Amino acid sequence: MTATTAASPKGRRRDGPNRPARGGRRHRRSAGPLFVAPFMVLFLLLFLAPLGFAAYLSLYQERLIGGTVFVGLDNYVQAVTDPLLVHGVVRVALFFVIQVPLMLLLALLFALALDSGLLRLARVIRLGIFVPYAVPSVVAALMWGYLYGPDFGPFAQLSRDLSLPVPRFLSDGWMLGSLANIVTWEFVGYNMIILYAALRTIPAELYEAAAMDGAGAWRIAWSIKLPALRPALLLTLLFSVIGSFQLFNEPNLLMKVAPDVISSSYTANLYAYSLAFTGQQVNYAATVSFLLGLVIVIVSYAVLLTANRRRTS
Amino acid sequence: MSKFLSAASSAPLNRRGFLAATGALTLASTLSACGGGSGGSGSGGGSAAKAVSQADIDKAMKTPTELVFWTWVPNIDKEIALFQQKYPAIKVKVVNAGQGVTHYTKLRTALKAGSGAPDAVQIEYQAIPTFTITDSLLDLRPYGAAKLKDTFVDWTWGQVSGADGEVFAIPQDTGPMGMLYRKDIFDQHKIEVPTTWDEFAAAARTLHKADPNVYLTNLAANEAAAWHGLLWQAGAKPYALSGKSDITISVDDAVSRKLGDYWGGLAEEGVIGTEPDFADSWYAALNKGKYATWITAAWGPAFLSGSAKSTAGHWRAAPLPQWDAAKPSSGNWGGSTTAVIKSTKNPIAAALFAQFLNSDPASARMFATEQFFFPATKALLGDASFTGDAPSFYGGQKVNQVFADVSSTVSPSFQWPPFLDQAATDWTETVGKSLADKTDTVRALGAWQTRLTGYAKKQGFTVTS
Repeated sequence: MTATTAASPKGRRRDGPNRPARGGRRHRRSAGPLFVAPFMVLFLLLFLAPLGFAAYLSLYQERLIGGTVFVGLDNYVQAVTDPLLVHGVVRVALFFVIQVPLMLLLALLFALALDSGLLRLARVIRLGIFVPYAVPSVVAALMWGYLYGPDFGPFAQLSRDLSLPVPRFLSDGWMLGSLANIVTWEFVGYNMIILYAALRTIPAELYEAAAMDGAGAWRIAWSIKLPALRPALLLTLLFSVIGSFQLFNEPNLLMKVAPDVISSSYTANLYAYSLAFTGQQVNYAATVSFLLGLVIVIVSYAVLLTANRRRTS
Repeated sequence: MSKFLSAASSAPLNRRGFLAATGALTLASTLSACGGGSGGSGSGGGSAAKAVSQADIDKAMKTPTELVFWTWVPNIDKEIALFQQKYPAIKVKVVNAGQGVTHYTKLRTALKAGSGAPDAVQIEYQAIPTFTITDSLLDLRPYGAAKLKDTFVDWTWGQVSGADGEVFAIPQDTGPMGMLYRKDIFDQHKIEVPTTWDEFAAAARTLHKADPNVYLTNLAANEAAAWHGLLWQAGAKPYALSGKSDITISVDDAVSRKLGDYWGGLAEEGVIGTEPDFADSWYAALNKGKYATWITAAWGPAFLSGSAKSTAGHWRAAPLPQWDAAKPSSGNWGGSTTAVIKSTKNPIAAALFAQFLNSDPASARMFATEQFFFPATKALLGDASFTGDAPSFYGGQKVNQVFADVSSTVSPSFQWPPFLDQAATDWTETVGKSLADKTDTVRALGAWQTRLTGYAKKQGFTVTS
């Protein structure tokens, strides 16, 4: 009741005396939803509907014998105590903590170097760093799988020729590092382009003013470029959170060359996939995906929160 | 334990034996009615198994129809052309949905979605129970499949038949296991071709000692199918499904432990390789002489001559080493069939297609000459034009003859689990991992048993071990 009484004067005010004067704006406002409609339709169909369906699935359990039964939150209870899932999430978290800072630092260095205008053949270098991103990750993983090979891979052969110990890139201890290397190789160029584009938007007057005040190249980079890059860095960081926690392609492909190291639950995403398609546990897979999504939301939010707090302080 | 096992496996065998004695199409339908009545199983099995009349078949085969056929077999259009010559009204559309696991994943997704599944489908022997447990395959008896029994090698028929005598698929090719070996490496180190596993182990030690860069063989840590083939040879009965939901899982029994002890021991000593097969490094290893043998199946010779060209002329074939030299036996690895999906709108055309493709003599021969498949029909296995082939890659040895002889020693009573993908993944992560890591393989067998039992229970099976 209170809601309707509170809302009605507002509505009256909108439709009442101001109507003729705001005619033009109202017209524009009614066109808005039309522009948004294509996005909303796709968003509903391809995002919200599957999400809802997954949520629905995660409350059931389908068995090979005995059909489907409603189990409520049983799948969730099982998932949070499932050591395979927990290990998978911890593994990608570790991956994220080590790989992402390294990758973004490299991307930042390359972007700054390119932007400094001091490099020769800047265009060629820019393209060269970006090209790995254009290589499909399937191809990249296959290629690195070959390079890492302990018998006939080039690194192994080279170290054998030099009588050095052969690096075991595909062994238990090295695997996460080997994966991080592939992902870094793939995405440094992509992140560099985002940062580089942000650098190009900084007005030249700022640099001129700083130079007049006697600032050198390092000082300009530190005091002007880096603060201006903050939104872009945050964007790349968020993309990296999502990418790291969803790690799938690279381990899935290296699994074929190192099946004893990469198990079907090596990363959380890989685990969800094998549950659905190997174990035919579609419902449990939906639960795992849902929880993984939740983890990503929490980590992303934490990243945003810390970044914002730093900006205000 | 063993009592339960024998009781479970003998019942369907007897019924199958009876089926063989009658053989006729009409009798097959009455028999299935019996099975339905006594067992009380099957979803409306009685009506589904009623024989289709010749008039209906003739009519269906003259009606313009399009069949969708999922297969990964290269150039299968040639065999299909033979079918379309005979039945011009039926068009067969070939779809390649990937090979092996990819293919089954897509099939399972289509079945679950309730649309998009093919009419006929390529399916390996080991995957048949995985799809019959979900009731997805059509019983082909009403369309005359039962009378094809004697066309095919005995053990294959057991693989495509259901517990009540249903025929769920028609055999296409097979993979009886044997051993390919490098004659030049054997000669160089004066090693005799091993005929027992004891000799094999001794040869592995001798060879690796003589040349640390060479191993007698590689037992791939990711190849559950090879392990199952070796279990099959040793006479293990790892899985037995009785009724619809009772399953025996014994992947950790005495026979399995013997195998685990043997291979785990050789891996731990470091005298055999355990790298994943069908990967770049493995191809390079075969080309560069890192392994002196490849324990493989009858499709291996043609495959190897294509992928290890640089070693042409050095390879020879021999039967698998034996546990008991007096009673030679072998297992099977790979090979596939054609099945019909139950949801098909054209069951007659699809069933006749599956039968023609694999049992028509011209079509069956074409698989052997075009795709170099190892035949499933008795006629071809006894045909001198097939067994007499002497490829120069094998130094002019009649390789097909070696494997044709092996084929008759494959035990007909091996059963696959209704959740093969899970069994294979769990094998790789327990037993396979122990081989690669050189840890206790016998203990890993126990872990495999535990994981599979847990999975089966969660899926609603009543499990005995």
